[in-house]
Amino acid sequence: MEPAASRPALLRAASPWISYAAVAAVAVALLGYVVLPLLATFREGVRGPHGLTAEQYRAFFSLAHPANLESLRTSLWISILSVLTCGTVGVTLAFLLNRIEFPGRRALEIVSLVPLALPPLIGVYTFVFLYAESGIVPRGLQAIFHLHAAPFALRGLVGVVVVHTFTMYPYFYLAAAAALAGLDPSLEEAAGNLGAGRWHVWTRVILPLLTPALVAGSLLVFMVSMASYTAPLIFGVDRTMTMQIYISRTNGDLTLASVQATILSAVSIGFLVAMRWYQGRRIYRSLSKGTAAARAEVRHPMARALVVSAAALLVLILIAPILVLVLISFSKDATWTVQVLPPVYTLQNYTRLVTDRQTWLPIRNSLDMSTLSTLGDVLLGVAAAYVIARLAIRGKGLLDIAVMLPWALPGTVVGINLITAFNQPSVFSLGRILVGTFWILPLAYFVRGLPLVFRSTSATMAQLDPALEEAAANLGASWWYAFRRVTLPLIGRGVLAGALLAFAQGVGEFVASILIYTPASRPLSVAIYNELYSFQFGTAAAYGVFQVLIVLVVLTIVRGPSRNGTLPMG
Amino acid sequence: MHDADLVVAPGEFFTLLGPSGCGKTTILRMLAGFILPSAGRILFGEQDVTRVPPNRRGTAMVFQNYALFPHLSVFENVAFGLRIRRVSAADLRRRVGEALAQVRLTHLEGRRIDQLSGGQQQRVALARALVVQPNVLLLDEPLSNLDAKLREETRAEIRRIQTAAGITTVYVTHDQAEAMAISDRVAVMSSGQIHQIGTPPEVYYRPATRFVAEFIGKTNLVEGTLVAASGGSGTVDAGDGLRLEVPLDGRPGPGPAAGAQVLLSIRPEAFRVAAPGETRNVFAGTVRRYEFGGAYTEYTIAGGGRDWTVWLPREGLDAYAAGITLRLAVAQVYVVA
Repeated sequence: MEPAASRPALLRAASPWISYAAVAAVAVALLGYVVLPLLATFREGVRGPHGLTAEQYRAFFSLAHPANLESLRTSLWISILSVLTCGTVGVTLAFLLNRIEFPGRRALEIVSLVPLALPPLIGVYTFVFLYAESGIVPRGLQAIFHLHAAPFALRGLVGVVVVHTFTMYPYFYLAAAAALAGLDPSLEEAAGNLGAGRWHVWTRVILPLLTPALVAGSLLVFMVSMASYTAPLIFGVDRTMTMQIYISRTNGDLTLASVQATILSAVSIGFLVAMRWYQGRRIYRSLSKGTAAARAEVRHPMARALVVSAAALLVLILIAPILVLVLISFSKDATWTVQVLPPVYTLQNYTRLVTDRQTWLPIRNSLDMSTLSTLGDVLLGVAAAYVIARLAIRGKGLLDIAVMLPWALPGTVVGINLITAFNQPSVFSLGRILVGTFWILPLAYFVRGLPLVFRSTSATMAQLDPALEEAAANLGASWWYAFRRVTLPLIGRGVLAGALLAFAQGVGEFVASILIYTPASRPLSVAIYNELYSFQFGTAAAYGVFQVLIVLVVLTIVRGPSRNGTLPMG
Repeated sequence: MHDADLVVAPGEFFTLLGPSGCGKTTILRMLAGFILPSAGRILFGEQDVTRVPPNRRGTAMVFQNYALFPHLSVFENVAFGLRIRRVSAADLRRRVGEALAQVRLTHLEGRRIDQLSGGQQQRVALARALVVQPNVLLLDEPLSNLDAKLREETRAEIRRIQTAAGITTVYVTHDQAEAMAISDRVAVMSSGQIHQIGTPPEVYYRPATRFVAEFIGKTNLVEGTLVAASGGSGTVDAGDGLRLEVPLDGRPGPGPAAGAQVLLSIRPEAFRVAAPGETRNVFAGTVRRYEFGGAYTEYTIAGGGRDWTVWLPREGLDAYAAGITLRLAVAQVYVVA
């Protein structure tokens, strides 16, 4: 069989020139908009007055100026803390919801995913409104108990970690819940039947089976925490890698920003590689399909009361950010100063959104730019998924890495990469300078959204039996006919899900936007940031509600945020 | 894939038979055009189709897992190939109707694929392939996902439809009983090599190689030395005092000469209990164990320095018990090589 069977069977089924055109288009686009920008940033960092130099890197690691090393350390520290807190919260919640029955369990299960619906900037700001120095909760407690000062206030590093915990615990929760749901209860029964006590069952059966979920969650939370920019920005923690990059850039020191971005990229890519490697070797899968384990009911009245009030408190904490966002969106701009709650309410913020051209403009900009970038993502993401799943070509692994690279890169780094690549004319920008034009932001959204479309499409593609395309060809269908009538209808759901997620991410994008937006096409998140800075809380919150609504609609259509519905945070 | 030379006659039901990994599916996929042969040619009639892409070959394939389009109804699945051929609406309606009637699924034409049983899916796949009136019908283990009873029914059904339509058919299976039952001719393959091409009785009674003899049905293989050869027969010394008279005619190629090492195939049903006084090709053996097999009982009998698999009819409820010694006559021997 050997010589004949080693020929790529499916390359034959596809029309050859279409295959080559698709591979070429995917390779060129990834090279031009992902790989070369990354290298441009690296080159910027080693460029000296007389050729190449490692001077900048020496300076970064020099102990004489500890700012850089300190920010690297702080970033790592925040990430480790975030992994620990997210892990604790996520896994505990997964166990409670999967193993214990109590009144309000369903409600808690539904709202447990609310953090996924919060765009990065809005997520952080609602925490400021709720729990910071002048937040509703500390001031409310102060007023109720007649205290001299607020009893607590969220700020600094603690603030960052708390926000991370809230926004990222779902990564652990979803992974652990899926693992627990897939855990065949007969395994536990078998262990018990063989004489294992409760402790043994836990340490020898359940925890080992949860390990893949825990490792995957840890790597993801660590990566996203390293990339986190909004939380340190708002809570004023300047000494993190992302903040340093932003500060260097705004100070006009692109070279230093490039060095910092390259080092941060190295850490992130390291984690991407670790994650791929780990997913490749995971073996702990339950062989039998689990039926849901029976949940233990809480019966003792005292325990029941305790559990119910704890669940109610959790539900409240989880939906508080959305409630406060909606509340503030009805408050009159610049009236909320020292009061516990905004004192004056109005519908004006919403009417102005649609009637005032100036207010409508950022929404319009974001919708336009996200639509453009999503179209690009669909074209390239579907082509890449198809090429990687169906064609037997050399260097497929490289394509796979290149297309997932933007997923691992912090938004800040994506921004810097695009600046260093397109602040001069390039073949890939048709000989124009893109920095400072309308096109730079759609390009950034395109790069950041690509992995979402790719991953979602690949997942459905993997379930598509190649024999279906062969059957179509066998019945006389050309490649294009088979692709249109068989492949596309069957992967359509995955493409749509990925496209919607990419679109929602574009509308909520803040991290790369703040670095490279141009005043002429100011996006929604930057507008929110500006409004908040000038105490126009009502308008900002109304914008925020709009963003949240888009994400909610998307998540509802995509259905099952448990599958692919995780938006990278920023 | 080693050199292989196959000629299938028009209207013939031809089967590629062999264990998994033997290359039978590869040949089928070459015929469909999914794989390019690294050397050699494929002709349909006079036309060389070696380089013709799959969609212009005019073959129709029934896939092992059926490969029905899950987003289309039964009707639309069957109509798929006709729509590509731009058949007029009225014709399309009529032909799909006929094809579904042929596989007895008319009542299910509006169903979704996931609402069908495995056997029904199999018949939709068959209708989808037949409706385009292919040059060649290709069937890739189409029965392997059905349960035993359904498999036999469907087998007969496929043969009935194929004969009625007169379509040249290439069928792939690893099940030798299935191949024997359904085919005009069979090519027995292993490790990319064709061992024998012939009608089912030919490959059963006259296996060309040791592999064919072992793969098709059960047999007793005996190695020995041809001590005498004259005319159409010879004598083989199989060791341990066992001497067998064997026919040397009726096999392809020149017969082995005296002194040659030979391989004999003796089917389990070729034994009978020797009559008193009978001596030709008779040896004594002791029953070691037996299994009831319905029409016959399968005995393991030790004799002549080896264990024999022997099928003997059973009279009444009694069998020859373990330990009993029998005199067995070998009624039929074939010299494989």
